[in-house]
Amino acid sequence: MFSEADLTALVITLKLAAVTTLILLLLGTPLAWWMSRTQWRFKFMLEALVALPLVLPPTVLGFYLLLVLGANGPLAGLLEALGGRSLAFTFSGLVIGSVIYSMPFVVQPLQNAFEAIGRRPLEVAATLRASPIDSFFTVAMPLARSGFLTAAVLGFAHTLGEFGVVLMIGGNIPGETQVVSIAIYDHVEGMEYENAHWLSAGLLMLSFLMLMTVYGINRRFRLVQA
Amino acid sequence: MGLTADSGWCRREFSSDMTIEARFQLQKGTFTLDVDLRLPAEGVTSLLGPSGCGKTTLLRVIAGLEKCRNGFLKLGDEVWQDKNQFVPPHQRSLGYVFQEPSLFEHLNVRDNVAYGVKRVPEKERRFSLDKAIELTGIGHLLARKPATLSGGERQRVAIARALAVSPGILLMDEPLAALDPAGRQEILPTLESLHDELDIPVIYVSHSPDEVARLADHLVLLEAGRVKGTGAIAEMLTRFDLPLAHSDDAEALIEAVVAAHDDEYELTYLDFSGGRFTVARKTLAVGDSVRLRVVARDVSLTLQHQSDTSILNIFPAVIDDITPLGKTQLTVRLLVGGVPLLSRITRKSAALLDLKPGKSIYAQAKSVALLS
Repeated sequence: MFSEADLTALVITLKLAAVTTLILLLLGTPLAWWMSRTQWRFKFMLEALVALPLVLPPTVLGFYLLLVLGANGPLAGLLEALGGRSLAFTFSGLVIGSVIYSMPFVVQPLQNAFEAIGRRPLEVAATLRASPIDSFFTVAMPLARSGFLTAAVLGFAHTLGEFGVVLMIGGNIPGETQVVSIAIYDHVEGMEYENAHWLSAGLLMLSFLMLMTVYGINRRFRLVQA
Repeated sequence: MGLTADSGWCRREFSSDMTIEARFQLQKGTFTLDVDLRLPAEGVTSLLGPSGCGKTTLLRVIAGLEKCRNGFLKLGDEVWQDKNQFVPPHQRSLGYVFQEPSLFEHLNVRDNVAYGVKRVPEKERRFSLDKAIELTGIGHLLARKPATLSGGERQRVAIARALAVSPGILLMDEPLAALDPAGRQEILPTLESLHDELDIPVIYVSHSPDEVARLADHLVLLEAGRVKGTGAIAEMLTRFDLPLAHSDDAEALIEAVVAAHDDEYELTYLDFSGGRFTVARKTLAVGDSVRLRVVARDVSLTLQHQSDTSILNIFPAVIDDITPLGKTQLTVRLLVGGVPLLSRITRKSAALLDLKPGKSIYAQAKSVALLS
C-alpha cells in the first residue's frame, strides 16, 4: 500500500492542484472573458502566449522559471528585501510554475465557452436593466457553466500530472515539494515497483474519474440543450 | 382590459404630445445610416423597408446596443444621447424584443420574465409581472425551460419579459420573422392586443407591409439607410411619391367604429367619416374600433350611385390625384369623407369616365377586410 511518504506526496499533489486550479479560475476567468470580447488586433499574440505551455517541453518552462525565481534571479532580491526567500524549491514556487503550466487548460475552455454564448444574451440582459457586471454573473457565467467545469477539471488533472516543471523548480523535497509524479519516478529508480504501482494506479484512476465526470456532465448539457 | 385604467401605466414618462427625436449618422463598412426623425411618442411606429435598409441598425442605435458617435436621441424630455452623454442601454427605460426570442436558456420561463423586473426600482414598476404574463398568455408555461417551448411560445415569453420591466418605450425587431406560419398566427393576436392595450410608444421593425397594415399607426419608410418618408399609416399607404401606393397590393386603411349589427342578415355595420361599411357579422361590441383594409384592386368607380348592383359598400368620393401604373392601368386616390382610398382601374375606364382631380364620383368596394 501507500507508505507515509507516498501519502504525503499525494496530499501535496492534491493541494497543489487545488490551489493552482483556484488561482487559475480567478485569473483565467477575467482573462478569458476579455479575450472572448475584445477586438484588439494583437489578441492573437496573447492567445499564442497562453497556449505556449501546450507545446513547450516542461523543462524549458521550468528552466526559465528557475532562473527567474531562483536565488540569483531578479525576483529573489526583491523577495529578500521584503523579508521573504527565494521561491525556488518551495511550495509557492510550485504553485507559480503550475499556474503558468496549466494556464491554457483553464483559459481555453473558458474562452471557448464565453465565445459560444455570443453577444445576444448579454444584449438582452442590458435591455433588462442588468449592468455589464451584473449580466456577467447572472447570464454569462451560468451559460458558460460547462466551460467552467471543463476548465476546473482539466486544470486540476493537468496539474496532477505535472512532472518536468516541478522537477526543475521544486526539486524533490519530501514533505514540501515532492509530488506524486516525482515520487513514482523515485520508486522506479529505486526498483520499488509495488509503491510505483500503487501511486500510478491511484493517479490513473483519479484522472480517469475526473475526465469521465466532465465528459459525462457536458454530454448531459448538450442533450438538455438540444 | 384597459391597462391604463387600473394601473395608471404610462403617459407618465412620455405624454402624448411629446415626441421622439432621433438623429444618427453611422458608417458600417459600405453601409451608411443617415436619419433625422421626429416621431410621435405614442402608438405603434413601424420602420419598414427591404432587408439591409438599416431598420435593425436604427433600432439598435435607439436602444444604445450599437454606439453611434455624433448621434442625438431624445424621448420626451429625457435625453439618451447627445454630444456630451451616452446613457448605456441598461439605464434606458426600454423593452426590446429581438428577432430571435433569445431567452436565457439557463432560466425557466418565470425567471426569464422576472429577470428584468428585479432590476427595476419598485416605484418605477407600473406594469406587473402578472399583467405581462396574462397579456401574452404564458401562464401555463412558467415552470418550463425555454428549450422545451415552441417558437411562438418562446417569442411570447420574450415579449412578456420586455413588457415586465415597465418600459417607457417598446422596441420590436421583426418579432415574427423567425417564426413559422403557425407561430406567426400565434403571435399576431398578441401583438394586436398590445397595440390596443399598451399606452407606451412602440417602434416596430418590419419588412412586411401586411404586418405594418395590421399594427402600425405611424410609418417610417427606410431605404439604403435613409428615410424615404414618414407619416400616419393611412396617409403613407396612399402617397404617390412613395412606393407603397404603386405596388400590386396597394391598399388603404380605414379606422371605423362598430355601429350596429343586423340580426336578420347577420351583418355588422361599421361607421367612418365617409359613410358606413357593411360586412359579414363579427363578434364585436357596438362602439369597438376596428381597422379596415381596402385593396385598390377591389375598388371600382362609377359616375352615378348604382342601385342595381350587388355591392353594398358604395361611397360618394372626390378624386384627389391620379397616377399611371404601367401602360394599361392607373391608380386613383380618392377622398371619402376626408379619408384616402385607392382605386386601381384601367386607363381606358378613366378616359371613358373622364376622371380628373376634383371630380365627384362613387367608389364601390367589392371586398373589405377587418384587420383587428
